[in-house]
Amino acid sequence: MADEALSFQFATPVQQREAVTLGMWAFLATEVLFFGALIAAYFNYRIWFGAEFVAAAQMTKVVLGTTNTAVLLTSSACMAMAVTSFEAGSRRRPTLWLLATAVLGLAFIAIKGFEYSLEYGEHLVPALNFDLARHGGVAEIFFMFYFCATGLHALHLLIGIALVTWLAIWIGTGRINRGGSTTRLIGLYWHFVDVVWIFLFPLIYLAGRNG
Amino acid sequence: MHAPHRSSYLNAEIGLRSWLLTTDHKRIALLYFAGITFFFAIGGLAATLIRLELITPQGDLGSPDFYNRLFTMHGVIMVWFFLIPSIPATMGNFVIPLMIGARDLAFPRLNLLSWYLYIAGGLITVAALLLGGIDTGWTFYEPYSTFYATGYIILAVFGIFVAGFSSILTGLNFIVTVHKLRAPGMTWYRLPVFVWSTYATSLILVLATPVLAMTLLMLLAERVLHVGIFSPQLGGDPLLFQHMFWFYSHPAVYIMILPSMGVISEVVPVFAGKRLFGYEFVVWCSIAIAAIGFLVWGHHMFVAGQALYASLAFSFLSYLVAVPSAIKVFNWTATLHEGWIRFDAPMLYAFGFIGLFTIGGLTGLFLAALPIDVHVTDTYFVVAHFHYIMVGGAVMGYFAGLHYWWPKITGRCYPEYWARFAAILAFFGFNLTFFPQFILGYLGMPRRYQSYPPEFQIWHVLSSAGASILAVGYALPLFYLFWSILKGARAPANPWNATGLEWSVSSPPPAENFAVTPAVVRPPYQYDQGKPCMQADHG
Repeated sequence: MADEALSFQFATPVQQREAVTLGMWAFLATEVLFFGALIAAYFNYRIWFGAEFVAAAQMTKVVLGTTNTAVLLTSSACMAMAVTSFEAGSRRRPTLWLLATAVLGLAFIAIKGFEYSLEYGEHLVPALNFDLARHGGVAEIFFMFYFCATGLHALHLLIGIALVTWLAIWIGTGRINRGGSTTRLIGLYWHFVDVVWIFLFPLIYLAGRNG
Repeated sequence: MHAPHRSSYLNAEIGLRSWLLTTDHKRIALLYFAGITFFFAIGGLAATLIRLELITPQGDLGSPDFYNRLFTMHGVIMVWFFLIPSIPATMGNFVIPLMIGARDLAFPRLNLLSWYLYIAGGLITVAALLLGGIDTGWTFYEPYSTFYATGYIILAVFGIFVAGFSSILTGLNFIVTVHKLRAPGMTWYRLPVFVWSTYATSLILVLATPVLAMTLLMLLAERVLHVGIFSPQLGGDPLLFQHMFWFYSHPAVYIMILPSMGVISEVVPVFAGKRLFGYEFVVWCSIAIAAIGFLVWGHHMFVAGQALYASLAFSFLSYLVAVPSAIKVFNWTATLHEGWIRFDAPMLYAFGFIGLFTIGGLTGLFLAALPIDVHVTDTYFVVAHFHYIMVGGAVMGYFAGLHYWWPKITGRCYPEYWARFAAILAFFGFNLTFFPQFILGYLGMPRRYQSYPPEFQIWHVLSSAGASILAVGYALPLFYLFWSILKGARAPANPWNATGLEWSVSSPPPAENFAVTPAVVRPPYQYDQGKPCMQADHG
């Protein structure tokens, strides 16, 4: 998706910009269905094993999860600032906003890793050290979903951090032209990863915590 | 007329490297042709061994376990590595940019990546099948595939997972291309129906394939980690697997058949010398099939223990999805009325498609009816039904398109009489192979068994005899098409009197498709006294 120059298959820069934007949205539609399948399977068991799932959800670290929600939302705000300031023509400001985005992303990963280590200590990791006698089989299914969903989300976030860091370097060294779409597209991706978390957070952490 | 050194996409660059690193959609289409022919041969070899085994009631060609591996290999290869990519990745790749007046797909490098993913996934899966095979059937039902099945399940499933990304990226590329790269004047209602069909297919590819990807990931997680998701032994729900699997795999049937319908919608007007009857209906029926096709997956689970009310709803929706398919059949037939019909090879394949697809579709209605489905579930009736759709329909459409666009792709004409002979042979061979299976299934012969009671033998012998004829019908084109590349007469730009943009460039097309972006002035399939009115006026 080199967007500095007009690729030969496009007639105008407008056509190129619209095409790459639609391409990113189509990719995100695929991603929605990818996570959607996992969430649908989760719902199946959430309805089936209601009480046991609520009990298992009490073992999640809701304070860390909430902190991470704040961290990730803030990172998205930084990303939005990066896109706006880039399109306004600045070079230094989008670089700084992008670095802030990446740092917040890394903070999320660090908190998540700390959370995983706590869960490892409580013998909550399926297939690795899950304590069936203490927690029960349904809790194991719950934590299977927990690790699959948050793990895939973290993987997406790591890819996002790599992209954002690369972009910060390229903008900082002046290797990306102002009219290009790359910044906006990476922004879309970053916000998508954020939105996935917005769905995972209540499903996993807040199940049965409403009183 | 003789121009031996004319520049085309075939000789614009030379050398292996120029092919393996090409971003030209026309060359990538040929790369896909090579891959798809290879996998079709492997899947066909497995089918041949199956039909050989079934000539006698007792098992004599290897163990029952070997037989299980054969039909699994046949299904896996044919579904994921032949049928799903077949028409979109080859002919779609080649003609869609030409049809809409574009210089390439929107993302040429992504297109090449799709091919590498397809080949990598295919080779991984074939490796799993050769290392010892898998015995689950192509459906990988739970808990069988995680607890009881032997063999290289993990490797095979991973190969399918990788190939899925090829599907997704191809679909994404087509969607963006059709939306954004149409030439001036190429409005939505001036698009050839093949473009619409491939567009509808792409919507399914992009929206259904990720669900399969996630389902396979969960299956892998369960098999590797032994933690319950689908297996009842671990507290999981095996029906959930079936729901998720068919949420992809039923729409996948429309991934296979919609592009074929698109080919038929191109071929019939050209060889009838007439406008396609009810263009808007054909177009919107493609979209309707893609949309309703997402809501019928439960008809694969009528006897699996899903709720009766769910079954009723799925039964109703399965009847509903037959309506747009039937409308298309009527429209193709009505196009022939008072047409100037020519019986060239593509048209013969198209006639074969219409007849066989009609039988496949009507028997689909039998299966959508709850009481009949309970009687014939997992019998040869089902096998015959879906082969009428996937082989009688999709493969006939594949050959129709191959013969229709061959002069454009290669710049050469094939021997017409041999091609007609092959088309007729495939039609009769196909019917002899699969019609007896309807009777077998109705009489109670279950699918996936190596041995069977002797009273079924006559039908199996008929079927195997038909398969040998069908095999010749499929093998013949390999020879005469290859011959045509070496010795065939040079093809003119528009050998069939078609109207689409792809026929207004030379055969084979130049590397850049169009020297000047064409201006489209009229809808497709316009004829004046049997003479084609080209979609673009070119100077």
